[in-house]
Amino acid sequence: MSAAHDDHHHGPAKGLRRWLFTTNHKDIGTLYLWFSFAMFLLGGSFAMVIRAELFQPGLQLVDPNFFNQMTTMHGLVMVFGAVMPAFVGLANWMLPMMIGAPDMALPRMNNWSFWILPFAFAMLASTLLMESGAPNFGWTFYAPLSTTYAPDSVTFFIFAVHIMGASSIMGSINIIATILNLRAPGMTLMKMPLFVWTWLITAYLLIAVMPVLAGVVTMMLFDIHFGTSFFNAAGGGDPVLFQHVFWFFGHPEVYIMILPAFGVVSAIIPTFARKRLFGYDSMVYATASIAFLSFIVWAHHMFTVGMPIAGELFFMYATMLIAVPTGVKVFNWVATMFRGSMTFETPMLFAIAFVVLFTMGGFTGLMLAVTPADFQYHDTYFVVAHFHYVLVPGAVFSIMAACYYWLPKWTGYMYDERLGKLHFWLSFIGVNILFFPQHFLGLAGMPRRIPDYALQFADFNWISSIGGFLFGASQLILLVVVIKCIKGGKKATAQVWEGAQGLEWTVDSPAPYHTFTTPPDPKLIHDQ
Amino acid sequence: MLPKAKLWLGLVVAALTMLSTNLQAAWDLNMTQGVTQISRETYDIHMTILWWCVAIGVVVFGVMLWSIINHRKSKGAVSATFHESVKVEIVWTVIPFIILILMAIPATDVLTKAYDTTESELDIKITGYQWRWEYTYLRQNADDEEVSFYSIMSTSREEISNELPKEEHYLLDVDKPLVIPVNKKVRFLITSNDVIHAWWVPDFAVKKDAIPGFINESWTIVEEPGVYRGQCAELCGIDHGFMPIVVHALEQDEYDAWYAEQQENARMTREMANTVVTMSESLEQGEEVYNRTCAGCHQVNGQGLPPTFPALADNAVVTGDLLENIDVLINGRPGTPMAAFGRQLTPVELAAVTTYIRNSFGNTTGDLVQPAEVNSIIQAAQ
Repeated sequence: MSAAHDDHHHGPAKGLRRWLFTTNHKDIGTLYLWFSFAMFLLGGSFAMVIRAELFQPGLQLVDPNFFNQMTTMHGLVMVFGAVMPAFVGLANWMLPMMIGAPDMALPRMNNWSFWILPFAFAMLASTLLMESGAPNFGWTFYAPLSTTYAPDSVTFFIFAVHIMGASSIMGSINIIATILNLRAPGMTLMKMPLFVWTWLITAYLLIAVMPVLAGVVTMMLFDIHFGTSFFNAAGGGDPVLFQHVFWFFGHPEVYIMILPAFGVVSAIIPTFARKRLFGYDSMVYATASIAFLSFIVWAHHMFTVGMPIAGELFFMYATMLIAVPTGVKVFNWVATMFRGSMTFETPMLFAIAFVVLFTMGGFTGLMLAVTPADFQYHDTYFVVAHFHYVLVPGAVFSIMAACYYWLPKWTGYMYDERLGKLHFWLSFIGVNILFFPQHFLGLAGMPRRIPDYALQFADFNWISSIGGFLFGASQLILLVVVIKCIKGGKKATAQVWEGAQGLEWTVDSPAPYHTFTTPPDPKLIHDQ
Repeated sequence: MLPKAKLWLGLVVAALTMLSTNLQAAWDLNMTQGVTQISRETYDIHMTILWWCVAIGVVVFGVMLWSIINHRKSKGAVSATFHESVKVEIVWTVIPFIILILMAIPATDVLTKAYDTTESELDIKITGYQWRWEYTYLRQNADDEEVSFYSIMSTSREEISNELPKEEHYLLDVDKPLVIPVNKKVRFLITSNDVIHAWWVPDFAVKKDAIPGFINESWTIVEEPGVYRGQCAELCGIDHGFMPIVVHALEQDEYDAWYAEQQENARMTREMANTVVTMSESLEQGEEVYNRTCAGCHQVNGQGLPPTFPALADNAVVTGDLLENIDVLINGRPGTPMAAFGRQLTPVELAAVTTYIRNSFGNTTGDLVQPAEVNSIIQAAQ
């Protein structure tokens, strides 16, 4: 009787029911990560269609309408389906273990916030099969192209966005409740690993802006179906209002996708440099400053809409300021590596690539902040290159670094280091061939979101496409590495990495189904 | 030389030769300096910031690379124990801040100039449509004819679908370019009739959104005569990639001659509305108008892209009441993407395209519409 009782509480259920009804943070983290990887492949396949069509001038494979559907769906799936759920998955797996908590604070809500996501994306993806076609107005869905002029499927898109927003808000509440309430004795705020700090701040950002996104899509819904004119100039509405509301969500959203990445890299670099993170306190303050600034820079996406000059200047200065705390972070990472004792396993390679390539995306971000120069860059491939540099070798590389870093803790086996390094080098080379030429295309005058282009853009486009195919194909290696690592390999120790610090490395590998059911010894909690 | 090295060298040489045979212009790496004071100053700011970024990058990545090479465990490096320094943090907060101020000063200056739209010598209203631009020259004198025309991409659909070889200015050519005089301050009043577009000519460093319900202002003084090309820069639907901008900047006397000719043409068009056309003339012109104006949505074969863009073949309106058909063309269908073409096309063109669609794609109404009929409906509506 008591043995059965123990089984029920200490081991997972079997089969599909385990995953459907689970309230275990590790199971839910796993679900989020697999879902995110599936969406990464789906969104990636849309990108392959885009790059294939742009391989040569002229229309070869798809018509312009389908091309627009691909750019729209690629953006939506990657932002809301791949990057955000991946970080939530990492948070689920790692936050409780990092702060010495037995689970997330709100386990049932945790289950729900994951399980509504597949339905949201099934609904969004189903629009591709509808008579009107999928949304074709870009992931930024500017009105009135997304209202009066939208395909019928826009209503499904709106509903899907509502569900994704609900999922994110619930996930954030859970993360904040966990971090603020379930820290082990001795785990003071300023002893938390940076991944915990960055996620705490990210969760506040999410709670602040997801309702704004819900608001703007609801206004669209009313314009489309209930005769209002929020964004319809002919009815007295204001199309620019859409952009203000959207980017009030959209800019913090950008940081939502990068702050947890900062946390990951701040965990990995000290481990493989075998040296404490340089400037922990300033890292926390810099993260908070970036989060604050993210709320007052939204209109730098709108320098060409015809704002008064006072507005243009304010948003230019505020945006340039972001370079200061971001610079502090980069300098701290470099200072951590300086006079360390470095080894270069796959997580470290991805983390170093993150620092270099994210910084390059930061440089172009600074250039874009300068309003008169932005008039030339705005809505060109220069912008495409910029945000892909911060999102792909930025956010996505950090997620991959995190997966390699914690995979032995999750599976109990070491991954195949040779395959991991192969994955890294092909990704690193591919991503640069893919996105670096896009800077040149933008500066030479190629607008973004066009299915066909003038002849002077032909050469850099085929180079970019080749890089795209290489990068896309390389990601299948990650799938192989993860499956191999789940099936077996060299047994991982609890410590896994020689230089790793933190509570997650004090539990066995694989981490038991329940960890820290009693609080850890306070002596295990170190200064960061 | 080793055989292997020779092979590599050969490959590199072959690759370089292959690349250099392509258009030289294809290797444009940088922003254009353009032909206006603002565009040159914009370029200078762009280069200044770029070099600052390169310098910072060299220092930061240099330190990093040096650490990676020298401070590796395999070389026996032992990690130091330092992990914080308020002094250093202050230094690398303050220095970037100063660099930012140095960048912001010229940027503010150029922006202020770019925003000064006062004292223009010529005002042109630019209206974006799906997917064409309309240029309207504001009257200089009360008795001028209003000069207003549409500028539509002239690249053929066959070039886009790879059935014909692509011309030099593939996708960047229009039927009627915007014409402006050099060395005059030209003010652009930019708006839209449907969705948001953006009017961009890189050589002028002018990019401004065309937004329904708003009139945005921008200006330029072009210093060299020439042909300048740009494109719509805001996603505006299916044919967003196919609404280029071409500007001819002419010497003042050439511009004056062109403007006088436009005055004359405007007068003629007004009178032309009373000509009588034959069926074959009408079908020929109608097909040309249709392929240029309607085929983007309704497709060359009239099958449309249902349900957003209905087929015209066997369409109830197109094969039904003639007056209702003309009404839809002139006034559009509010709440749908069907635009009002009453002001976009001349009465002659409207009549021709109506005749064409009612007698093509298997439609056999036999109707021949005269410009005068269309004109009287337009006049009656006003």
